[in-house]
Amino acid sequence: MSLRIVVCVKYVPDATGDRHFAEDLTTDRESVDGLLSELDEYAVEQALQIADEADSEDGAEITVLTVGPEDAKDALRKALSMGADKAVHVEDDDLHGTDALGTSHVLAKAIEKTGYDLVVCGMASTDGTMGVLPAMLAERLGVPQATLLSEVSVENGTVTGRRDGDAATEQLSAQLPAVVSVTDQSGEARYPSFKGIMAAKKKPVESLDLDDLDIDADEVGLDGAWTKVEDAAERPPRSAGTVVKDEGDGGKQLAEYLAGQKFI
Amino acid sequence: MAEVLVYVDHVDGAVRKPTLELLTLARKLGDPVAVHLGPNAEEAAKTLGEYGATRVLAADAAEFADYLVVPKVDALQAAYDAVSPAAVLVPSSAEGKEIAARLAVRIGSGIITDAVDLDASDEGPVATQSVFAAAFTTKSRVSKGTPVITVKPNSTSPETASAAGALEELSVGFGEAATGTKVTSRTPRESTGRPELTEAAIVVSGGRGVNGADNFPLIEGLADALGAAVGASRAAVDAGWYPHSHQVGQTGKTVSPQLYVATGISGAIQHRAGMQTSKTIVAINKDSEAPIFDLVDYGIVGDLFEVVPQLTEEVKTRKG
Ligand SMILES: Cc1cc2nc3c(=O)[nH]c(=O)nc-3n(C[C@H](O)[C@H](O)[C@H](O)COP(=O)(O)OP(=O)(O)OC[C@H]3O[C@@H](n4cnc5c(N)ncnc54)[C@H](O)[C@@H]3O)c2cc1C
Ligand SMILES: Cc1cc2nc3c(=O)[nH]c(=O)nc-3n(C[C@H](O)[C@H](O)[C@H](O)COP(=O)(O)OP(=O)(O)OC[C@H]3O[C@@H](n4cnc5c(N)ncnc54)[C@H](O)[C@@H]3O)c2cc1C
Repeated sequence: MSLRIVVCVKYVPDATGDRHFAEDLTTDRESVDGLLSELDEYAVEQALQIADEADSEDGAEITVLTVGPEDAKDALRKALSMGADKAVHVEDDDLHGTDALGTSHVLAKAIEKTGYDLVVCGMASTDGTMGVLPAMLAERLGVPQATLLSEVSVENGTVTGRRDGDAATEQLSAQLPAVVSVTDQSGEARYPSFKGIMAAKKKPVESLDLDDLDIDADEVGLDGAWTKVEDAAERPPRSAGTVVKDEGDGGKQLAEYLAGQKFI
Repeated sequence: MAEVLVYVDHVDGAVRKPTLELLTLARKLGDPVAVHLGPNAEEAAKTLGEYGATRVLAADAAEFADYLVVPKVDALQAAYDAVSPAAVLVPSSAEGKEIAARLAVRIGSGIITDAVDLDASDEGPVATQSVFAAAFTTKSRVSKGTPVITVKPNSTSPETASAAGALEELSVGFGEAATGTKVTSRTPRESTGRPELTEAAIVVSGGRGVNGADNFPLIEGLADALGAAVGASRAAVDAGWYPHSHQVGQTGKTVSPQLYVATGISGAIQHRAGMQTSKTIVAINKDSEAPIFDLVDYGIVGDLFEVVPQLTEEVKTRKG
């Protein structure tokens, strides 16, 4: 049987745009353009490389999966145009405001329904930036987690990789099925080719709602959430500082400032 | 008084600073009970007691080092079951967040990551988060289950508060998942002799403007004169000029020092995400239009190859 890879990708507001909160204190997804989280491009890339190296007779099939609003289809299309085979979009109005615990529940159900040998995630989303979903998915699916890998390979039903931790570099090894996440050190993601973009238009995108996944509406969404945002305030802009042009004594002037602030 | 579990981050029993900060914050919520996994619990317990831990639950087993994350989750859950705490606090390291995440799923509790402050309220702890590259400050609460909260380094200054720090053995049974991911080798990061990047009071960072690995000693020289840690932008890291473990920003480390010195760094949003909450920000950049100048308390428009050596010399002279 071919290697079934599911890549989890998130549709996020562009980080270079003016990101805000909506009135219900959820992320405002209207006023800023959305896109495939850049850090999930690395996940798609590694999945494509693993698929390329998979036993040629059996091959591999890559499904990209997202939980998100209608526009999240854009993220799926991008991943498909990079070379993934098919897509699953979990979309339901009741999902609005779902937190990490809820999202991991929905993703785990969708992954099980799709069928998998390997789940590939990014290291963190570029909006929530929690970096917790992959660990949660491994916990819920009851399979090993090999996360934050900067190098990854799959051979004979085993995934191995390098994890650059806070205090040490570790080599990891786990049996499939497993959940991995990859960092932005894992290798530049490819650009979709024109051919890839055209081909993506014909690739299947399956839509699932909460009913399809046997999830009750009250387990997810803003009301079902395990966490509550009570207040969101724009950080006051930093008060304008002093900027001086170096006329030959810039280093000394800076030292004077630092001494005045008691750093020296 | 309610008890609050604090997961201890340590290196062979030497408790790291973020844990002391956590104990300090935990005292706002209840009596801190520390969970120490791995060797040298006795040594750690002394420090933990000094910073307010009433009890230190300790367990040591080969599994903690031989397998990834899950054995530690099993142990933290054992502590949770034994204590029934009002909250569980974990340092916001990459591993800490994963441990916290799995515990939250297991005990059916909400999780908040990367808190920069905690306060008590009638409805449980309120966490302050700095989000969207520090452009917004949010206040959040866990509304279901026992709050599991990870806290960023440098969120508060550690304060001593003598408590018993009574060492107790924690008995841990490892589940089937514990041995799922084997750590087949581990190479500890070589010590640079400089302060830890995330814990340092001063950070001096270099970017693309440093223009080569050969020039980084210039940045290191300034850092050493100031007693600072060295950071780097992703551009400098990607170019291979400085190790990734020093990258500051969204996909590197978040730092929140008293003083951040950015040299040859433009100030892209992803870099700002990692340093914007620094108390004082100083930049040296030859482009007066560089966005980093929007953040600075003091900036020099100039060539870093002129300004940095002069600054380093002046710092050395003033320090005598
Ligand atoms: C500023 C901000 C702060 C937040 N703080 C909290 C909080 O403290 N607690 C909380 O419970 N929730 C929080 N949330 C909500 C949380 O971000 C979302 O529920 C999200 O689904 C999970 O977290 P993440 O985006 O940080 O994912 P991460 O854990 O950072 O994502 C890691 C990987 O998981 C995969 N993934 C994540 N989301 C999806 C998705 N929707 N579809 C497919 N794959 C996905 C991707 O591969 C991604 O690279 C916050 C949201 C925002 C915008
Ligand atoms: C998903 C994602 C995650 C990212 N994560 C990170 C991250 O964690 N950290 C990070 O830093 N970036 C990150 N980036 C990259 C970020 O967008 C920028 O590309 C990067 O920060 C630029 O680094 P820089 O400022 O060193 O280089 P540049 O933007 O090229 O700036 C170099 C600066 O040096 C100045 N300069 C040049 N020569 C001199 C001289 N002789 N004297 C003085 N000044 C000089 C120039 O005027 C310029 O302002 C990320 C990007 C993405 C998409």
